[in-house]
Amino acid sequence: MRAIFKTAIIAAAVSTTLTAAAQHKSKTKSGSKAAKSSALISAATLANGQKVYGQSCITCHMVTGLGVPNMNPPLAGSPFVTGDKTKLIKIVLNGLSEDVEVNGQTYSNNMPSQDYLKDQDIADVLTYVRNNFGNKATAVTASEVKALRGKK
Amino acid sequence: MLSAAVVAGLLSFKCIDHKNGPAEENGQTAQKTEATVESAGLKLPAGFQATIIADNIGRARHIAVTPQGDIYVKLGRAKDGKGIVVLHEGADGKATVKSGFGNFGGTGIYIKNGYLYASSDENVYRYKLNDKNEVINPDQPELIVEGLINRRQHESKSIVLDNDGNLYVNVGAYSNSCQEKDRQRGSLGRKGCPILDSAGGIWQFKADKQKQHYGDGVRYATGLRNVVGLDWNQQLNQLFVMQHGRDQLHDIFPDLYTVKQSAELPAECMYALKKGDNAGWPYMYYDQIQHKKIMAPEYGGDGKKEAEGNFIDPAAAYPGHMAPNGLLFYTGNQFPEKYKNGAFIAFHGSWNRAPEPQAGYFVVFQPFKNGKPSGEWEVFADNFSGSQANTASGAATHRPCGLAQGPDGSIYVTDDSKGTVFKISYKK
Ligand code: HEC
Repeated sequence: MRAIFKTAIIAAAVSTTLTAAAQHKSKTKSGSKAAKSSALISAATLANGQKVYGQSCITCHMVTGLGVPNMNPPLAGSPFVTGDKTKLIKIVLNGLSEDVEVNGQTYSNNMPSQDYLKDQDIADVLTYVRNNFGNKATAVTASEVKALRGKK
Repeated sequence: MLSAAVVAGLLSFKCIDHKNGPAEENGQTAQKTEATVESAGLKLPAGFQATIIADNIGRARHIAVTPQGDIYVKLGRAKDGKGIVVLHEGADGKATVKSGFGNFGGTGIYIKNGYLYASSDENVYRYKLNDKNEVINPDQPELIVEGLINRRQHESKSIVLDNDGNLYVNVGAYSNSCQEKDRQRGSLGRKGCPILDSAGGIWQFKADKQKQHYGDGVRYATGLRNVVGLDWNQQLNQLFVMQHGRDQLHDIFPDLYTVKQSAELPAECMYALKKGDNAGWPYMYYDQIQHKKIMAPEYGGDGKKEAEGNFIDPAAAYPGHMAPNGLLFYTGNQFPEKYKNGAFIAFHGSWNRAPEPQAGYFVVFQPFKNGKPSGEWEVFADNFSGSQANTASGAATHRPCGLAQGPDGSIYVTDDSKGTVFKISYKK
């Protein structure tokens, strides 16, 4: 268990570095490489997602996406992140404070609603977390977010 | 390798102190020329030595050591139905697990007058001890206090006893700053913060009366957001507590605070409490850079306006978000004279500084003179995180939590991340 966890950390760290490197390259060069690991997702989407992450999620879920033990859950390797999009979008729109279990652990902090973010920003940050920290999943679109606004 | 690590350690020490430690105000540099040594992965002042006496015991929160050398550790979550682990050190410096009992997770543990007191996140129990300070009946504790509020956030109930038959229990506020919507951007503070009726303070109960509720106790001090580290100062016969200051000034009020200000503010405060004191949460926070009690932005503050109200000043202030989880007044004779009656503080380490580098994951020494903090604090035991990079990213290997003094004057430090117990001794 321990060993698996460690590997996950390393994988997450490596993927962060790689994604960052890829984005850097894509900005300075052609833009063709960023999408290598996640076809159809544009570098601009990931770049905006990373920016929103840095402004709205990073304090709690941390630079590494690993969260804080017992307090803020990890986004790296979380089934909530790579799973059902409806549920995921609602977490960001409505917040969460119900002791969810992420990979067998619970977390004591409250996640506030992030509904002040624009549809596109929520879509991009979710696409970003679904394709960073070792995660891989399909993109989230602004219209998917829009459809769930105001729905509990 | 070794020297590089030492240099990195010194750098981090310097950098934290320079940011906003009390070093500059005293016109002294906190940087000691004293050599540091590496021991059991920790960095300590010359002459000290650390050993890992136990590992992987679970989420080791607070700790109590008997005169006979038995070590009681409270686990944040019970492991195999046992929330209290009893360790005993062998001649080889390694402790073995003697027994375990108490099927509840929690934080507080304290020995007084022939009883072991321990807390869950709602209740306080006590176990009668025999003349060797062993628990007589591990399955039948007395329930001393029950039904304390636990709404997930700031849930731990730290405990300590005085010399007059009273028990003190922290009840943390289930909120960051008493906003209408907790931690929500722009949400304002609730008027006459109702949380303070049943949380956000220290409650005093009788140490020997069973099944007490809020109504049987006294709200001894209020306006304390969350206290985890606390100790009874025997010299002054007074309660000292460490408050975890509020989070997210920038996230919630981005127009009033920069990311950097939010990483550094507010101070983590040490308070010397008297009955009836009010430390001001949620209406104010202490700004250790301006040295002022500042009105909270949720209640009309702008980062500069001073707080209005009869709120006490901290006894000492430390940089923001480092999470002081353990407090211990040193009364032993083993350490050099300067440590006597001073305070050790275990800083669990920050998370709320991102994207700025994280800080903490160390044990600080705060010198005292005539019962008051005197002189700048210094990092006593560093590198619980494992490396500078781990500290910066917050991915710490160990997180210091509880502190206790052993019968020979050594101190013990628990780690609730890997479940390690460190013993630190002075060897010279
Ligand atoms: C104030 C701290 C905080 C902020 C800011 C925050 N979260 Fe959370 N988040 C939490 C906590 C705490 C939980 C778990 C709540 C619970 O247990 O009920 C959580 C849960 C989650 C979950 C589900 C559990 C998991 O680990 O997968 C997701 C997904 C998530 N957050 C994404 C985000 C995203 C994306 C952002 C930024 C747009 C964000 N969070 C901002 C604290 C925060």
